[in-house]
Amino acid sequence: MSCMRRFCHETQSHDSLHSCMCRRSVALLLLKMSEERDPAALSGSAQTEGEEDLFVSAMESPEAARLSAEDISPSSNGPRDDDPDDPDDLFAEATEEVSLDSPERQPILSDGPSPAITPVTISPRVDVFDRSPDLDEDEEENRDTFDIQISVSDPEKVGDGMNAYMVYKVMTKTSLSIFSRDEVCVKRRFSDFLGLHSKLASKYMHMGYIVPPAPEKSIVGMTKVKVGKEDLSSVEFVEKRRSALERYLLRTVKHPALLKDPDVLQFLESSELPRAVSTQALSGAGILRMVNKAADAVNKMTIKMNESDAWFEEKQQQFENLDVQLRKLHASVESLVCHRKELSVNTASFAKSAAMLGNSEDHTALSRALSQLAEVEEKIDQLHQDQSYADFYLISELLGDYVRLITAVKGVFDQRMKAWAKWQDAQVMLQRKREAEAKLQYASKPDKLQQATDEIREWEGKVQQGERDFEQISKNIRREVGRFEKDRVKDFRVVIIKYLESLVHTQQQLIKYWEAFLPEAKAIA
Amino acid sequence: KTVALHIFFDYLSPRAVNVDLQTDATLQVDISDALSERDKVKFTVHTKSTLPNFKQNEFSVVRQHEEFIWLHDSFVENEEYAGYIIPPAPPKPDFDASREKLQKLGEGEGSMTKEEFTKMKQELEAEYLAIFKKTVAMHEVFLCRVAAHPVLRKDLNFHVFLEYNQDLSVRGKNKKEKLEDFFKNVVKSADGVLVAGVKDVDDFFEHEKTFLLEYHNRVKDSSAKSDRMIRSHKSAADDINRIASTLYTLGTQDSTDLCKFFLKVSELFEKTRKIEARVAADEDLKLADLLKYYLRESQAAKDLLYRRGRALVDYENANKALDKARAKNKDVLQAETTQQVCCQKFEKISESAKQELIDFKTRRVAAFRKNLVELAELELKHAKGNLQLLQSCLGVLKGDT
Repeated sequence: MSCMRRFCHETQSHDSLHSCMCRRSVALLLLKMSEERDPAALSGSAQTEGEEDLFVSAMESPEAARLSAEDISPSSNGPRDDDPDDPDDLFAEATEEVSLDSPERQPILSDGPSPAITPVTISPRVDVFDRSPDLDEDEEENRDTFDIQISVSDPEKVGDGMNAYMVYKVMTKTSLSIFSRDEVCVKRRFSDFLGLHSKLASKYMHMGYIVPPAPEKSIVGMTKVKVGKEDLSSVEFVEKRRSALERYLLRTVKHPALLKDPDVLQFLESSELPRAVSTQALSGAGILRMVNKAADAVNKMTIKMNESDAWFEEKQQQFENLDVQLRKLHASVESLVCHRKELSVNTASFAKSAAMLGNSEDHTALSRALSQLAEVEEKIDQLHQDQSYADFYLISELLGDYVRLITAVKGVFDQRMKAWAKWQDAQVMLQRKREAEAKLQYASKPDKLQQATDEIREWEGKVQQGERDFEQISKNIRREVGRFEKDRVKDFRVVIIKYLESLVHTQQQLIKYWEAFLPEAKAIA
Repeated sequence: KTVALHIFFDYLSPRAVNVDLQTDATLQVDISDALSERDKVKFTVHTKSTLPNFKQNEFSVVRQHEEFIWLHDSFVENEEYAGYIIPPAPPKPDFDASREKLQKLGEGEGSMTKEEFTKMKQELEAEYLAIFKKTVAMHEVFLCRVAAHPVLRKDLNFHVFLEYNQDLSVRGKNKKEKLEDFFKNVVKSADGVLVAGVKDVDDFFEHEKTFLLEYHNRVKDSSAKSDRMIRSHKSAADDINRIASTLYTLGTQDSTDLCKFFLKVSELFEKTRKIEARVAADEDLKLADLLKYYLRESQAAKDLLYRRGRALVDYENANKALDKARAKNKDVLQAETTQQVCCQKFEKISESAKQELIDFKTRRVAAFRKNLVELAELELKHAKGNLQLLQSCLGVLKGDT
């Protein structure tokens, strides 16, 4: 879905960013007025394979650009880059939700030729979205229960040998009207998820959105599965991956902008998905990614940003500290999982040994007591195993997810730095062009002078755009970080409480077992 | 770095370890003090006795591990004691692992925070102390077993050991421990003698032979497996320790409401981990040590059977020699005397061995009962403690939201 350039009364300009805000507010107004809108008509376009603008049925304006996922549209949303040759400019189908302005802004009716109806503004209602205070007040008004459930299940192996892969069933149950049906089931493979993430990252990260990272690839794990090893470790690997994919999708749809993204909707709903080959590590795109990553790392070192906003500096430091501690914690928890598994195995081994000892003991009562001890230890070994699963699936995976999420957070801070650098570079360029023009004043070359003047205008525009982009991304990041922190608090609270409850259960069972054993021990005479 | 630990053991009664012994006012032995120096441990052996053979009623001497071994070996070598289960020698004090850990900690001091370092140091020192207490207990049990034995308690070497307040100069006997291993191997092959030997006429001994061979192997297996289980338990407790530390740091750093949350959970894990460590320590004491002890005792019982087996072989050979002598009518008297001696030796051993093996069973059953009951009671106590901590913390955390 594209946002169109509209004339906005407030700013008296064709500022696409601002226009989005205006249009949305209009849309909300209109929406409130017309509650009987047929959901099919609104979301019907979701069925199209990303070729059309999502809301083309509602938009009557001839300006509605029809975009495919790969097209670069000059009229798309987001910080605009006027350079059409910029390969990074994949703004297609960025949603309006990107531009949330401060509550003080008055919703202004747009003057455009058609009503700017954007049904997308059915904000999924939330208690999940505990947002930060500088939130669009309209969103606050429309808060509802966040009604979408996603499950990833039924892993199935397709194919044989090294070309084999796992396919997962992705089921979405929702009453949100942006979806075409209440319940959708599709089959997806791992690279599809990576492809989705790749698209979302390229669309949203540079705007300061924290895009949830996809689960990690694992060559070793997958090879075992491909080769057909049906042992416990490959079963565990598939389960671990399935769970990670599920969490990934849930986090993605929890993000208000991403939920409405057509790529996300397509992923969840359409039965056929073009194969995402660019996610392979050694593909052209993969190599390009690696090169870009390296370039980014170098740039990060060379950009010396003049931080005028203490909030950003403080937050960056906080996330840095959090990153260090979470990694440490993750390592300790992984160690605990390992040792608890070991404990379970060793307890089982001891139980067998104690049973044998009981058998060879020739004092009857002692023999029986030793057999009972063996039974207790066997039950305890099962307890330890269950506990180690809880350790892993509750805490360890949560920590792993957050370590990766924080990398994404740090990424958006880096994007802001890049935006700042771009703005600064534009300013430098402008200065140069001005100097060049000044020189040409005395050279009396009229056509060159004209060109120089044109160029100055061009760069003035770029400087303005750069500043706007920088401010926009800064604003977005503030909001995103607020949302992220709220989610983090909630996630950790919920998980840790669940984990403590699992520990309580373990202790209660232990008490039960030892209480049953004690009279047996006392009965030895 | 020398680590010197000086501990007073007035309260450590022999009953704290795995044997159930009768106190006898005529002779009471205990280790009242111990000092751990760089490469040796000095035990203060304290005796209270009303027996006339001692010069005083109460006295103490300082002994080292080698002197205990010397005493044990003198029992083993004494033919008079062939018919008794010789109380197993205490294992050599081994602080190498613990010392190595302390050293590694010292080297890694720069790489961790002050709190972490202090915590780990306390942990390792507690571990060192636990090993130290154990070795003292095991040396004490040995002495108490000897003191409780109706015959061994009268042994002259034992009295010298208890009373002579100079060094017994048994340094050279260090070789004895090396020989001990060799001896063990000899004894192992002696299993072959026991097994392959003719089925014993006496049902009691036949049964005991079968029983002890199997029992000993099973106890060995259980002892090893319980050690591994307890080690995993300790490792898990260590992990919880690290988790608690990191949670604490997170709690102090976090800018959201989570800071209080983390601090509370960190506090909880600090406490539960101490309990987990105690569980592992108690399992070690009540289960692992019990099994280790009975591994050594069952070996001593096997040694007894072996000695009896040898005596039987000697007796049978003497019988054959006598028959031969009578047939040839040569050296008959000598053969008769030899045969008499062998017969008496065999019968004496058999008689005392029978009683020893019955006592062994009684002691074993009593020790297992005591330790299993105490193990279960301690496990319950700790699980209940853990549960209470967890539930109260949960209550606070849930109430906070």
